[in-house]
Amino acid sequence: MQVSMTVNGEAVTRDIEPRVLLVHFIRENLGLTGTHWGCDTSNCGTCVVLMDGQPVKSCTVLAAMADGHDIRTVEGLVVGGALDPVQQGFMEEHGLQCGFCTPGMMLTARALLDRNPHPDDSEIRQAISGQICRCTGYATIVRSVQWAAAHPAVTDTAADGAGTGESNSEEVTA
Amino acid sequence: MQIPAPFDYERASDVANALALLERHGPESRAIAGGHSLLPMMKLRLARPEWLIDINDLAELDFIRREGDQLCVGALTRHTALLESTEVAGLFPIVRDAELVIADPVVRNRGTIGGSLCQADPAEDLSTVCDVLRAKAVIRGPGGERIVPMSDFHRGPYETAVAQNELLCEIRFTIRPRSGSAYEKVERRVGDWAVVAAGAAVVLSADGTIEEAAVGLTSVGLDGTVGEAEAVLRGQQPQEDLFVEAARIAAAACHPVDDQRGPVDYKRHLADELTRRVLRRACVRATGAEEG
Amino acid sequence: MTTTQEHAPNPAAGDPNRPIGFGRIQRKEDPRFVRGKGNYIDDIVLPGMLHGAILRAPVAHARLVSIDTTEALAHPKVRAVITGKDLQGLNLAWAPTLSADVQAVLVTDKVRFQGQEVAFVVAEDRYAARDALELIDVEYDVLPPLVDARRALDPGAPVIRDDIEGRTDNRIFDWEVGDAAETEAVFATADVVVAQEVVYPRVHPAPMETCGAVADFDPVDGRLTLYETTQAPHAHRTLYAIVAGIPEHKIRIVSPDIGGGFGNKVGIYPGYVLAVVGSIVTGKPVKWVEDRSENLMSTSFARDYIMQGEIAATKEGKILAVRTSVLADHGAFNATAQPTKNPAGFFSIFTGSYDLKAAYCKVTGVYTNKAPGGVAYACSFRVTEAVYLVERMVDVLARKLDMDPAELRLKNFIKPEQFPYANKTGWVYDSGNYEPAMRLSMQMAGYEDLRREQREKRGRGELMGIGVSFFTETVGAGPRKHFDIVGLGMADGAELRVHPTGKAVVRISVQSQGQGHETTFAQIVAEELGIPPESIDVVHGDTDQTPFGLGTYGSRSTPVSGGAVALVARKVRDKAKFIAAAMLEARPEDLEWEKGRWFVKGDPSVGKTITEIAFAAHGTVPLPDGIDGNLDAEVTYDPPNLTFPFGAYICVVDVDAGTGQVKVRRFIAVDDCGTRINPMIIEGQVHGGLTDGVGMALMEIIAFDEAGNCLSSSFMDYLIPTAMEVPDWETGFTVTPSPHHPIGAKGIGESATVGSPPAIVNAIVDALAPFGVTHMDMPCTPARVWEAMQGRARPPV
Repeated sequence: MQVSMTVNGEAVTRDIEPRVLLVHFIRENLGLTGTHWGCDTSNCGTCVVLMDGQPVKSCTVLAAMADGHDIRTVEGLVVGGALDPVQQGFMEEHGLQCGFCTPGMMLTARALLDRNPHPDDSEIRQAISGQICRCTGYATIVRSVQWAAAHPAVTDTAADGAGTGESNSEEVTA
Repeated sequence: MQIPAPFDYERASDVANALALLERHGPESRAIAGGHSLLPMMKLRLARPEWLIDINDLAELDFIRREGDQLCVGALTRHTALLESTEVAGLFPIVRDAELVIADPVVRNRGTIGGSLCQADPAEDLSTVCDVLRAKAVIRGPGGERIVPMSDFHRGPYETAVAQNELLCEIRFTIRPRSGSAYEKVERRVGDWAVVAAGAAVVLSADGTIEEAAVGLTSVGLDGTVGEAEAVLRGQQPQEDLFVEAARIAAAACHPVDDQRGPVDYKRHLADELTRRVLRRACVRATGAEEG
Repeated sequence: MTTTQEHAPNPAAGDPNRPIGFGRIQRKEDPRFVRGKGNYIDDIVLPGMLHGAILRAPVAHARLVSIDTTEALAHPKVRAVITGKDLQGLNLAWAPTLSADVQAVLVTDKVRFQGQEVAFVVAEDRYAARDALELIDVEYDVLPPLVDARRALDPGAPVIRDDIEGRTDNRIFDWEVGDAAETEAVFATADVVVAQEVVYPRVHPAPMETCGAVADFDPVDGRLTLYETTQAPHAHRTLYAIVAGIPEHKIRIVSPDIGGGFGNKVGIYPGYVLAVVGSIVTGKPVKWVEDRSENLMSTSFARDYIMQGEIAATKEGKILAVRTSVLADHGAFNATAQPTKNPAGFFSIFTGSYDLKAAYCKVTGVYTNKAPGGVAYACSFRVTEAVYLVERMVDVLARKLDMDPAELRLKNFIKPEQFPYANKTGWVYDSGNYEPAMRLSMQMAGYEDLRREQREKRGRGELMGIGVSFFTETVGAGPRKHFDIVGLGMADGAELRVHPTGKAVVRISVQSQGQGHETTFAQIVAEELGIPPESIDVVHGDTDQTPFGLGTYGSRSTPVSGGAVALVARKVRDKAKFIAAAMLEARPEDLEWEKGRWFVKGDPSVGKTITEIAFAAHGTVPLPDGIDGNLDAEVTYDPPNLTFPFGAYICVVDVDAGTGQVKVRRFIAVDDCGTRINPMIIEGQVHGGLTDGVGMALMEIIAFDEAGNCLSSSFMDYLIPTAMEVPDWETGFTVTPSPHHPIGAKGIGESATVGSPPAIVNAIVDALAPFGVTHMDMPCTPARVWEAMQGRARPPV
């Protein structure tokens, strides 16, 4: 069957088997390997992407069901060459180690901040409670999201010159 | 990664179309909404429908609205929408209690109330919630619409009154003044299925006695609510002795099984403990003493 | 020397013209990870690549009667179906394990655990490979399983390993250490002796990325490129050469970004071998990536120790001796990954942080019908089990003596002046200063206030517990004269090249699974050479690109590879001195080093930076005799001893008396890992390990039913903590450098996993004290806690 959707702002159309899972469609049909998978039972959340702005577990959504919808993956977090504040926050506050759960965590954080720009720590913990990180112990993820909340991106028109760019990535913060 | 066996897929445009598709593709076709119950079963190849009828476009089933003394919830209403509805939280705080502990926030973005009820997992929280609220299910099929009380909706584990060629369309809750409700679940970890959960709903009379009561338990092999406990509560002043007695009856009435979540006596103890807690809370809420 | 001061802020921090070394810097690997540009095993796609899937046994113990692959082979997308019989033809049906045993790659005779590999399908896509598994018809003759390790040595127990000639029982080994007679003498005269069975149940590392491989065998030149989720690429290369008979120079192992390892990715799994066989058979690259159930059911589990503990003390609370007898469940094959001479790993460090008169342990390893493995999940070669045992026993003793558990520990610590300290089981602790760490943790916790709060709450019937643990880790294996894995000495290499423009590349033999090696090792070079970390690339995970070494596990990267990197940088620095001398027309002995530069003693204005020296090394400056024209060096570091990090942990829990639910309210962790390279990374390592501890203490267990069915085969039943079950960690540190390590670093990767479970369980047992509970085993699920409150605490196995 043919499916069409918008992925990171780009219209895509592919012929697939109806049983293709959205995570496989993203990874294998589109080659966007930033979205991972870690279980089969929608427990781990490494496959989280945004569907119409809401985090969903893409291992438990058929690509066919995403037909006509808007999908955003980790590859779509960088806008105009500038990192999303969430991405910057994860680097600033050591919100990642092996990096495997990170894309899903960042997308959930992005969706949270879009709805609630100043969450408290417990709201952040609640928001990511369907996603497992085996490395960080979560505290630094919470700090990363708080960093992003404290450093919102400038509006889209000014995004190119945003101070959240890559040049800061090696900055010493000691 | 696990992958479902092959199937064909069609997306329904409205309820009539969905019913026509279910009829056309026959017994091996199934409706899919959020997919968080069905797809994992299909990935494990424990379920192998030949056709999936996607009902996610049925916007007519995605609503929460008040009609007279009824709160009507469309079957396609996502858990997140139920959780975030202030109207639901105000009228039926038990729904919010339960939604807070159903799966996790990301799953709740997809999962629907209709899907949960139709999956009819014995550990499913909303089934208990709907039981104690004496909800009614609006089911549509080739023969038209029928309204089924929850007591008839449940037909045992993983079985409901919804036939293969029918759709659960709506759940209706009766709004009663001086009512209160609560749900509490013990789980091994956030997002886990219940070890045991309890739900209670009460309606108080003007003099403060319990006019109506419902007590339900999740994951302990109970069909419907605990009538005997409810009978004990009815007409009495809400007080601790009464809750203890009702909870004792509820615990005796259930049929837990020993498994990874705990032994029988623990689950029975939880049935007792949690019933007391939710009755207390429901009664406090009914008096308006606690915010929902 | 112990200090609670952080490594002084580097004065060069933030100044692009001044190099920096140790200190908090962001990780060099993060820019790719936050963009989703990591390259994990399943991200690798090769032209023409096929996909493999494994058919697994549905039962725990069964004679294999027949396999019919006809239908599967007829599937239009299937290219090959491989069975045990096919492997026998290639002499690959059995592969040696890391513990001098063999493991079936595919079943030929008998299924020995549920989930064991039975057949391998290679197909054009992974969906077809999965579909074809259902087309294979296997007939089994089911045998009675041996599930309970306590019955493994019963006379009538089924003999699992009838493949081994002459074997009539399930005993793998008996191993003892310490002086039994001396220990008995101490126990016989002690005022107080307490005994307690302590079970550390089977758990699983369960990294978020499962295990997998992409094998690419080139039939023309006989070369195998194997992309693998491995923590030990070089050791794997050697083993494949031995197993598959492919000459070692024709094997290239590439370990890409690893989505967490925790010991799960040390061993060689049948799936990896099958991917190789699949590639050889089909002439195409073959990818195999396990699903989560396969990961939990078949790859390396952890722990599974049933320990009978005894502790002897004076009535004043001076601990005299510890003794234990252990039954170790190794599963169906002895495939533990540990040094050859240590069949129970480093369990003999169960003497803990205490100055004892005697100690003795005996460990019996047995086969059962369960998955093989046993040394994984950040265990530091079973220091987890050792620390859990002794720290639980000390608490049992404290209760018996009615002493405060923190005070009892303080009373018995090895004193700073006793280091290096030779314990009673053959270890020499390099350095330690335990009391300040313990005091710091108590101060951070507000220990006295917590005890006061607890007394008040007990008066109201509320259950609050405070748990203490103090651990000594044993990491950095190790001196090659003592430690090897399948005969390979546990040393690690490093190569450093400084390019003409002063940028550098350091190549290391260990492999990060998220620990931040690309940052930490660049910082070590930066500290030693004064080249900024951003100008240093760390190359790892590719055997064609890196020197030989044994890899990352047992917290050995910084202790061993870190030593190698520091020494190789010093070698370059020493060479630079001769070149600088030639450039400055000075005598080398007249030069002095400051970070990044050699200068003339007494005249700091006359000197050469490492960048200038690098260019000169490759340039036209006449070089002194014996100095060749580069600024490169290589070393292999054979550590003189292990390192012994330590820490003091305090956990505060609240238990719901009505439901048995445990809430970890606070957790205070004071760690001493010696010299601290990047405090941010260290804190991250600690946080992760503490979360492991909450997982094991409260919810994680690989359980089996009586038939040997794995009951924890998905994340619906193998529960891992979420952000909701863990508190906001409170960390502190002391610094007691290792006296023998080149930079004084001791390692931190597994400390918290080792040290936190006893603190949590001790807290729970403390909370349940009003019910007379003196011990309960993990996992402390609500049901098990409630049972303990009813006086019916029971072992999990």
